[in-house]
This record gives sequence, C-alpha cells and structure tokens, in this order.
Amino acid sequence: MIEVKNISKSFGDQKVLDNISTKFEKGKTNLIIGQSGSGKTVLMKCCIGLFDVDEGEINFDTRCFSGLKEKDKKDTRKEMGVLFQGGALFDSFTVEENIMFPLNMFTRQSYEEKLQRVNDVLNHVNLENVNAKFPAELSGGMVKRVAIARAIAMNPMYLFCDEPNSGLDPKTAELIDELISELTHKFDMTTVINTHDMNSVLQIGQKIAFINKGELWWEGDKETILKTDNKELNEFVFSTELTRRIK
Amino acid sequence: MGFLREAGDYVSLMIDTFKRPDKGRVFRRQLLIDFHALGVDSVGIVVFISLFTGGIIAMQMAYNIDNPLVPLYLVGYTTKQMMILEISPTIMSLILAGKVGSSIASEIGTMRVTEQIDALKVMGINPANYLILPKITAAMLFFPVLVIFSIAIGLTGGLLAVIITGSVTPTDFIDGLRAWWAPFDIFYALIKTVVFAFIIASVSGYKGYTVKGGSVEVGRASTKAVVASSILIIIFDLILTQMLLT
Repeated sequence: MIEVKNISKSFGDQKVLDNISTKFEKGKTNLIIGQSGSGKTVLMKCCIGLFDVDEGEINFDTRCFSGLKEKDKKDTRKEMGVLFQGGALFDSFTVEENIMFPLNMFTRQSYEEKLQRVNDVLNHVNLENVNAKFPAELSGGMVKRVAIARAIAMNPMYLFCDEPNSGLDPKTAELIDELISELTHKFDMTTVINTHDMNSVLQIGQKIAFINKGELWWEGDKETILKTDNKELNEFVFSTELTRRIK
Repeated sequence: MGFLREAGDYVSLMIDTFKRPDKGRVFRRQLLIDFHALGVDSVGIVVFISLFTGGIIAMQMAYNIDNPLVPLYLVGYTTKQMMILEISPTIMSLILAGKVGSSIASEIGTMRVTEQIDALKVMGINPANYLILPKITAAMLFFPVLVIFSIAIGLTGGLLAVIITGSVTPTDFIDGLRAWWAPFDIFYALIKTVVFAFIIASVSGYKGYTVKGGSVEVGRASTKAVVASSILIIIFDLILTQMLLT
C-alpha cells in the first residue's frame, strides 16, 4: 500500500498540489484522474521521487519514502516499476537489452537466467519474436507493452503508469488496460495509473482519486463514480454527449 | 546571477557524475561504446583535416621563408612546432567540440525530453554517472591518441606538400622535423588535449542533461554546447600556455 499524507507541492508561486491525502491499495488498480494541468502528473512524480514534496509525506507500506535522502531511496526504487507516457525505452538498446537492463544493473544472474526472465515477461505482455528489434521498429502499442515488460522485470511491488493509453487506438488502449489490470492481480502489486481516459476509469478503476485544481476532490470506484453528484467530477467524467448518454 | 547559477548546477552535476559506477561491468561496456562513438568515429575527420592543414602550413612557411639567408629546414621545423603546439591539440579539439560535443548534447538531451533519464532515475540508477562519466573518460583517454595521430598525419601532409610543390627538398624538410626536438612540447600538447577533452565532454553532457522542453530545445542545447566548449577551450588554451610555456 502507498499512503499519501497531506502533501503539498509548489513551483515558484504556483501551488500545484494542495494538502492531498489518499491511499493506493495493494492488489488494486488505483487511478488518478483529472483534467490536464490538475496536478495528477506532479502527484505521480512526487510518488516515484522525481519531485520532492514541500510538505507532507509519502509512505510505501511502513517506509517514509519522501523523507529519505536520494541515496537511501535506491532500495525502494528497486521495488518500483514505472511505465512512462512515451514508454521511455532506451533508443540504442534492443527490446531484449531494454528489459535486461535493470537485471544487469541489480542482479548477479547469468545471461541465460536473465534471458529466461526477459522471455517470461515478454510472454506476460503477449509479445514474442521481438527480442532483437529496436524501439523505433515497434508500433505504439508494442512500445507500451515492452515498457510494461521492463517495468515488471524486477518483480516490483509497486507499478506506476503515466497515461498508459495516450496515443493508442481504442482497441489497443483497452488491451493495455486489461494487461495492467491482469498483471496487478496476478502479482498482487500496488498499481497507480494516471489517466484521463474514461474507458479506463469505467473498466479498471477499482480505486479512483479525482484531482481538481491541485486538490483531492473526490474518491471512490468505478461503480460510485456513475452515481456521484459531485458537480466538478460530473463535468469532467461526463463531458461528452456519449458519456452523458451512458450515464 | 544566471552564470553563477549555471556554474553551480554544472559543479553539482559533476559531483553526481564522478561517483563510483553502480556496476563496473556495465561502465566498462558503456566506455567501449563511447570509445568507438567519440574516438574511433572521429579518426576520419582528424586524418583529413590534419593532412591538409600540415600541407598548408608547410606551403605557407615555404612562401614566407623566401630569403637565401634563412635555412630551408626551418619550413619543416615551424610546421612541426605549429602542429605540436597549437594545430593538433587546439584546432583538433575545436573541431571535436563541434562533432563530439553536439553529438553528446543531442544524445543526452533527447534522452531527457523522452523521459529516458527519468526512467534511469526511478530504476535507482545515477543517470549522470551512467551517461556522462563514460563519455568524459572515453574523451580524456582517446583524444590524446587522436592528437598524436593528428601530429603524425599533419607532418606527413607537410612533407607531401613540399614534395609535390618542390618548394623545399624532402631532406631539408625532414632535417627541420628533427631539429631542436623537445619532448616537453608533446607533453604540453597532451596536457592541453586532456583538459580540452574534459571540457568538451562535461560541458556538452551538462547542456544535454539540463534540457527542458522538446526537440527545439535539444537543438539549442547542442548549439550551446559547441559554443560554450569552444569558448572555454580558447580561454584554457591561453591559461595553460601561460602556465606551461613561460
């Protein structure tokens, strides 16, 4: 479980996160939703330690991650897998080298063991015969799958996904959602997904946190979100004619 | 204030860079890749420019020494001294600042804007150490080799030029190359080269690492890396010359 306690973050005079508290639960797909500029990406970057919080704390189970010095964050980071919006695969590495990279850095496994692990995780994300390909040779959906494979290569306890569906067609987006959900349950990870895709919200939102103007506006799940009378949330979720009809 | 902040950021990045690599084997692999990318791939341009520059210097010296009282072996001597003291270490470093510096800044800058550096950081890896240290090490170890190569090729170019033009006999030219031989001159050239190599790799690494924005900013960082490296090379050339040759 990840607990966010009263965190605030400003850039200069602009307060981006204001006293946010929430819990991301283990074995569930926890979604952070909100409009562009609402602060959800900053919240995720605070959680993974790319930004330091100004106030409050972020606890990974019993450890206060936000209070650690940079060098002491290393151990917790090894337990995290992160899927960045664009995949963030290393351009000069093949798919196999990309996935093997964290294994090379942090394990003493033999090449055969590492290769076995690479093929295992590629199998988990339903990819095969792509080991020798470079990221530039892959489609958008394949890049996301390889990035997920790299993120889970070290058996992380925490998985963070920043807009995993952005730039994908609806069918591939749905497959990526299903894949993340399936892996979360299979490996009992605490998964945090940053999204503004309503299909994801309604499909895999086991825990949803709605961020608006840097504040936590609403919390619930995919069932309660359909019944809420929160004005701002309704305006965000049911902003299109199609979603209003669904409601 | 902006300059001081940037200098502080540069020093801070260098402190992160010069830490013990997370994994020695990975560092050595990266070092080999950078030896090839920064050094071996630059041999062609170094050979081409050194050959022609050596020839041009020899021809200009022959043109200027048009006095029967001045011995012709001075053409070979001055060509040698110019190649060793200035052309090979400084001019080659300026050319490498353009070729290698822009390559480092754009490679690391692209990694920054595509979140690859963030990916390294969240994996628990020190990105500055992983990305910049092998490049600085490769440049500092390989550029002196390139400069020695450049001196040899430049002098060969000078010899070929005087043979083709017939302005000085090869014997006179070779006598000039052998006259007043001072091994310290080579040491001076290598010291300068090592300092310039550090400037090129570290400044370009810094410019790439601190890119904010997108592809336009990566291009700007690449240009800034070349300009800043070139200015620093000239400034340090003056400082090192004052320190070592006077």
